[in-house]
Amino acid sequence: MDSIGVLMACPMNSYLEQQLDKRFKLFRFWTVPDKSSFLNSNKDSIQAVAGNATAGADAELIEALPKLEIVANFSVGLDKIDLAKCKEKGIRVTNTPDVLTEDVADLAIGLMLAVLRKLCESDRYVRSGKWKKGDYMLTTKFTGKKVGIIGLGRIGMAIAKRAEAFSCPISYYSRNEKPEINYKYYPSVVELAAYCDILVVACPLTKETHHIVNRDVINALGPKGVLINIGRGPHVEEPELVSALFEHRLGGAGLDVFENEPYVPEELFGLDNVVLLPHVGSGTVETREAMADLVIGNLEAHFQKKPLLTPVV
Amino acid sequence: MATVEEEEPPLVLVHRPPNFNFPFKHRLQTRFCLLDPLDSDPPESTHSFFSRHSASIRVLLCVDPTPITRDLLSLLPFLQLIVGYSAGVDHIDLDECRRRNITVTNAGKAFSPDVADLAVALLIDVLRRVSAGFRYVRAGLWARNGEFPLGFKLGGKRVGIVGLGSVGSEIAKRLESFGCVISYNSRRKKPSVPFPWYENVYDLAVNSDALVGCCALTEETRHMISKDVMTALGKEGVIINVGRGALIDEKELVRLLVGGELRGAGLDVFENEPDVPQELFSLDNVVLSPHCAVATPECFDALEQLITANLEAFFSNKPLQSVVEF
Repeated sequence: MDSIGVLMACPMNSYLEQQLDKRFKLFRFWTVPDKSSFLNSNKDSIQAVAGNATAGADAELIEALPKLEIVANFSVGLDKIDLAKCKEKGIRVTNTPDVLTEDVADLAIGLMLAVLRKLCESDRYVRSGKWKKGDYMLTTKFTGKKVGIIGLGRIGMAIAKRAEAFSCPISYYSRNEKPEINYKYYPSVVELAAYCDILVVACPLTKETHHIVNRDVINALGPKGVLINIGRGPHVEEPELVSALFEHRLGGAGLDVFENEPYVPEELFGLDNVVLLPHVGSGTVETREAMADLVIGNLEAHFQKKPLLTPVV
Repeated sequence: MATVEEEEPPLVLVHRPPNFNFPFKHRLQTRFCLLDPLDSDPPESTHSFFSRHSASIRVLLCVDPTPITRDLLSLLPFLQLIVGYSAGVDHIDLDECRRRNITVTNAGKAFSPDVADLAVALLIDVLRRVSAGFRYVRAGLWARNGEFPLGFKLGGKRVGIVGLGSVGSEIAKRLESFGCVISYNSRRKKPSVPFPWYENVYDLAVNSDALVGCCALTEETRHMISKDVMTALGKEGVIINVGRGALIDEKELVRLLVGGELRGAGLDVFENEPDVPQELFSLDNVVLSPHCAVATPECFDALEQLITANLEAFFSNKPLQSVVEF
């Protein structure tokens, strides 16, 4: 299959890159100085695109690649892919569900613990030598806190299962109530936020969920509430979040994603009630390898005319 | 025992560190008469104060880590109960208490969820590089250098719990939900526990990816996480300690971490607090916590309830909670 052209949208994983290079004709989009002239010269060779949370296949790219048959995503989120366009043109789309569910859920809980127990701040306290002068301040217990989940899909359920082991009562918001599930349902995010102590975003990013966490939700969550985002940056109205933290209208935040990655609002760096991570939700050696294997598996299946492993479209 | 003639609140002797007034002292003072040498006016030494009141003292409230030595105990011939303020009782001369038939109670299960939470927080932080990732973002390196180095998955990791008491059990319950595989070492196998038991910490380490120290510090457990144990754990091993610093041979731990012989460590306790080996400060795979596993207001509320209940129980001749077995 080494004559089949695969366009890798951005650097995402060296193991994946190596494998794609070995099995296909790999084009590294980020190394190209003039993207439109590159696309013009190579449009007939590119049959597949490998995208991720940073860069995928928007309408413009899809239109520029007439031979495009499949977009294999190195991510479970599909917000960087124009799904409607793909459907229209009969282009297949695959993602990486399930293999990363646990890691993302683990990190969500890790962020909750780090924010409430001020883990990163107290580590800084020790490294700066301040412990010799006095004890660190009291923090907040995590066990038993009410956890509210926006989106009770695979990742949301995995977060719930873990939080339950800490005796956290679980509540949720989703488009439709799930009667088979024993958690408390709220028909709006504002009501969920008013009720819970920790609000976590775990739904896909779509037009409907863009800025689903806005000023009203943040105010409802309140000065003792904590927001955790392991979804996508645009789920949260970032400037509202920043001002709420500064004005003490929100108790704290643990964020793995931002509206304009890799840029993180620097005003947050001085706060002791936030934890900010560089989009590492699925960032483990084990999971990235499993995700890469899925991308390769999907591409090979497609070009061998076998059933796709994890099709979306 | 409270008698009909006693209208005064019962006497409780307090032994606490200087400059530390435990948060609920004023509430205890509404129910008991607290005798505190550090409050005496004119100032009086602990020895002298204890001696002066010795005839009427049957219970001592010990705010850790103030040591209770054999000498101090000899000043209190009628002492029957020491109410501890922490889970650990390694600062109390238990041999002498055994000899004198003095009961000791500790914080029991009041602290366990908070300590377990911190142990899990430390493990996630080390494996998933949470504090390191935050440092990376704060230093502006995400924009400059791109992707942060990958961490390691929790699911499927074999976690060996050293001491499956109240804290260890709470840790096990939490980590199971992350898909960790639990096994343990303790003095005796616990038949009702489904996890594999190892007779010694070395065997536990051989079969684990991470060790969590959460047992009491005694003569037997001092330095039980030794050089051999840590070597058996291996280069991909993680050490978490929320027990007492001296459970681990700290010098060896530092040497192994600096030499890259362990994947990482998350430590809330150290051999010589608040001194922390400086070599650890430049390591990215270590998370350091200033002995604050129980430092939440909720913990102190639970402790207050327990201590108040135990003091009332003692003075009404009722059964005590969280009696330490030694």
